[in-house]
Amino acid sequence: MNKKIAPLLAALLGAAPQLSHAAPADDTLVYCSEGSPESLNPQITLSGTARNATTTTLYDRLVDFAPGGSRVAPALAESWTVSADQKTYVFKLRRGVKFHKTAFFTPSRDFNADDVLFSFNRQLKADHPFHAVGGGNYQYFQGMGMDKLIASVGKIDDYSVRIVLTRPEAPFLTDLAMPFMSILSAEYGGRLQKAGRPADIDILPVGTGPYAFSSYLKDSTIRYAANPQYWGAKPKIRNLVFAITPDASVRLQKMKKGECQIAVSPSPADLQIIRDNRQLRLSEQDSMNIGYLAMNVEKPPFNNVLVRRAVAYALNKQAYVNAVYLGNAKVAINPYPPTMWSYTDKVQTYGYDPVKARALLAQAGYAKGFSTTLWTLPVSRPYNPNGRKMGEMMQADLAKVGIKVELATFDWATYLDKVKRGEHQMVQLGWSGDNGDPDNFLYTLLSCDSVTRGSNNSRYCQPTFNKLISDARRTDDAKVRSKLYQQALQQLSKDEPIIPIAHSKVYRVLSARVNGFVVNPFDMDYFAPLSYQNR
Amino acid sequence: MIKLGTLLCTLLGITLIAFFVIRLAPGNPVLLMIGERGADPRQYQEALHRLSLDRPLFEQYLGFVGRASGGDFGSSIVSGRSVQTELLARWPATIELGVAVILLSLLVGVPAGVIAAIRRRSVVDKLITVGSLIGYSMPVFWLGLVLILVFSEMLGLTPVSGRLDIAFDIRPATGFMLIDTLLPEATARYGLDAFFSALHHLLLPTLTMAATPIAVFARMTRASMSEVLGEDYIRTARAKGLAALRIIWLHALRNALLPVITVGGLFFVSSAIAGAILTETIFGWPGVGSYIVNSVYARDYPVIQGSILLIGVLVILTNAGVDLLYRVANPRMRV
Repeated sequence: MNKKIAPLLAALLGAAPQLSHAAPADDTLVYCSEGSPESLNPQITLSGTARNATTTTLYDRLVDFAPGGSRVAPALAESWTVSADQKTYVFKLRRGVKFHKTAFFTPSRDFNADDVLFSFNRQLKADHPFHAVGGGNYQYFQGMGMDKLIASVGKIDDYSVRIVLTRPEAPFLTDLAMPFMSILSAEYGGRLQKAGRPADIDILPVGTGPYAFSSYLKDSTIRYAANPQYWGAKPKIRNLVFAITPDASVRLQKMKKGECQIAVSPSPADLQIIRDNRQLRLSEQDSMNIGYLAMNVEKPPFNNVLVRRAVAYALNKQAYVNAVYLGNAKVAINPYPPTMWSYTDKVQTYGYDPVKARALLAQAGYAKGFSTTLWTLPVSRPYNPNGRKMGEMMQADLAKVGIKVELATFDWATYLDKVKRGEHQMVQLGWSGDNGDPDNFLYTLLSCDSVTRGSNNSRYCQPTFNKLISDARRTDDAKVRSKLYQQALQQLSKDEPIIPIAHSKVYRVLSARVNGFVVNPFDMDYFAPLSYQNR
Repeated sequence: MIKLGTLLCTLLGITLIAFFVIRLAPGNPVLLMIGERGADPRQYQEALHRLSLDRPLFEQYLGFVGRASGGDFGSSIVSGRSVQTELLARWPATIELGVAVILLSLLVGVPAGVIAAIRRRSVVDKLITVGSLIGYSMPVFWLGLVLILVFSEMLGLTPVSGRLDIAFDIRPATGFMLIDTLLPEATARYGLDAFFSALHHLLLPTLTMAATPIAVFARMTRASMSEVLGEDYIRTARAKGLAALRIIWLHALRNALLPVITVGGLFFVSSAIAGAILTETIFGWPGVGSYIVNSVYARDYPVIQGSILLIGVLVILTNAGVDLLYRVANPRMRV
C-alpha cells in the first residue's frame, strides 16, 4: 500500500522531476491570454481576446498592418490598383499560398479568388450559403458600413479580384486590414456544407495564417501548430499555446515561473516589478485611442475660442495621467497618437498654465470667470478608466482660474443620447480607432457631417478644417493625405474644440528569452516573427 | 422534506433575483460588445432589438421564466450558443474541484475538531481553534494568491494555474481531468505522468477553497463533540472501562457528526459556490465559477440567469439531500 502512495506523494510535492511543470521546450511558446474567445472566426467576433486568438494566428487578409504601426502592407494581395474615380479596386493575389492541413481538413488547391469572394460575400450577401451560419451577425462589417460601401466583389480570374464601391472611400484599404476581413477557405466551406456541418467553419477554423488550429479546450488552452508552408517568414516556434488566465497577478506569477513567455495586460500595480525583473521585459506602446474633453461650441461661452484655449491651459493633464491612469498613458496633444501616420507635433500645444488661462479669460470678457457644467463619463473605458475622478480634478483645476464647474453624469445610454442632442456644455468622451486611418478619428469626431450624425461631440464645424479632411478622404495618395491631415491637425489645435487628454498604453510582459516581438497599437500580437534566444 | 409550495416560492424568488439583480449593475451587454461603436445609436438600437433587450423589463422576465420552466435558458449573448451546452461543458471541472475540497475538508476538519474536543483547553485545542478562526476569516482571493506566491514562486513546488501541464494534450472525454488522464488514449501517450500533473494542479486550488470548510467542520465538530463527551452515556461507557478511542469513534463521533452533517452540508454548498467563483478565477480553472465571473464582466444576462437558477436548484436539492441523510444517520428520526 505504502509503495503505491509514495510516488503519489512525491508527485504532489513536486519531488518527481519528470512530472514537474518546468519551462516548456524551445519549440513551444505559451501566451497567457486574458479570456476565452467567443468564437474562432474573426468575422463574427468583436473582442480583443478573439482578435488575438484568430486574426494574427490562423488567418491572413488581403492586406495587413505593417509591423508596429498603422500603415497598410501587402499580404494575400501582392498589389492593387485603384480606378480614377476611386470606386474600383483590383487586387492581384499571391500565388502558391496554402491553406492549413489539419486533422479535419486537407486542402486540394491553393488560395485563390474564390476564397476572397467566399469570405467577403458571406458577410455581404444575405443569400450566401454561409450568411446565416453562426447567427448571421457581422457586427463589425455592418458597423463599419461595409454592407453599404461595397457594391460587389467579383472574380476577374483565379488570381485577381475586383471590388466595386458605391462611393470613393480612401480608408477602404485599411478597412481590409481589419480582423473581420480575414480570408477563409471556400473549399473547406463547401466540404462542410456537403457534410451538413456548416457551423464547424467557426469552431474548427482553417486559414492561411502562420499557425494552424490544433485544439481548443474551453476556458483553458488553445493549441496551434506552426504552418510549415506559410507564404511569409516561416514561424520559428513550432507550437503556440494560449493559456487562458483571467487574473492579471496570476499571469505575472506564471511569467515569473516560466510557465508562459508572453502575458497580456499586466496590472498597473505590477509594472515596476516587471521593469525590475531581469528575466522579464515590459513592452509598452500608445494604443490607438484618445480620451478628450469636448466643449459645445454652439453654446456660450464655449463659442468663444479664447475661452476654449483658456480651459485647455487650465487643465493639468499630466496630473490626470498620473492619478487616473496611474501613469499608464501619455498626455495627448492631438486627437490620435504618434503611432498613427500623418501625426505631427507641430501644432499649438496647451501646457498647464493657469496664469495664461486667466489672462485669456479676461481677454474674452470673463475676468470674473463663469459657471458651467461638466459631464463625467459614467463607465470605465480604456481611454478613461475613471471619469468621475478626472472630473473632480478638472473641477479643482478650473476653479483655480475662476471657472465654477458643476459635475453631472447619467447612465451611459442617456449620456450618449443627450450628448448627441447637444444638451451638454463640457463633456468627457473618447474614441478607440481600429483601422489605423486618421479619417477614423478626424471625420468621425470632428467633421460637419458628424454633427448631425451625432458623433461630433463638440459640434465643431469649421470650413477650413472640414475641407482639409474631406479632400483627404477623396484621394488615395498617402503623401497628399498625410499633408492634408497635418494641416488639419494644426487648424484643429488653434480652434481647440476638444481638449485631447491622454492616449492609454498597451502593455505586454515578455520573457527576456523571446525575440522578435513588435507591439502593435491595435492590441494585436503577431506570432510568426517570434523566436527564442538560445540559453 | 420541503413542501411543494415552499419549493415553488423559493424557485420564484431565485428567478426574481437571477433576473433583476444583475440588471442593477452598471453597464449593459450591447455597449460592452460593440465598444465605442455603441456611440452609433442606430447600431446600438439594432443590437438591443436583436437581443430583445428593448422590451419592457417585466415582459423580458416573463419570457425568461416561461422558457426556463421548459428547461430552456436561452443563448449566451457572447457566444450565441445555448446556455445549457455552455454550462454542461464546465460542470466537470467544478465538480472535480468540489469533490477534492469535500474530501480534504472532512479528512482534515473532522479529526481536528475531534482532537480539539478531546484535549479541551490544551495547547493543541487552542492552536486548532485559532487556526480555524484564521482559516475561516481568510479571504479566498488573497489566500489563493499567497499560496501561489509561497508554493509556486518561492518554493517552486506547484504549478501556478490551470488544470494540466501544457505538455500534455488530453482530449476531454468525461471532462474530469483525473479520469481523462487515466483513459487508455492518455496513458498510452504519457503513462501516468498526465494523471500526476492533473493531481499536482489540483493541489493549490483545493487548499485555497478548502480553508473555510475545514475551519467550519473543525469548529462544529469540536463544539458538537464536546457536548456529546459530556453526556451520561459516555461517562457510563468510560465507567465500564471501554478504551478511550473506542468510546470516541464508536459512541461519541457518530452522534456528534449529526449536526455537522446538517449544517456543514448546507454551508458547504453555499461556500463551495462562492469559493469556486473566486478560486476558479484565480487559478484559471475552467469551471462554472470562472464562467460566471466572465459572464458577469460581459453582462451576459442569459448565462448569469441560467447559472444562478441552476445553483439555486442545487442548493434546494442539497437541502433536501441533507435532510434525508440526517434521517438515515439519526436513529431517533427513523420512526
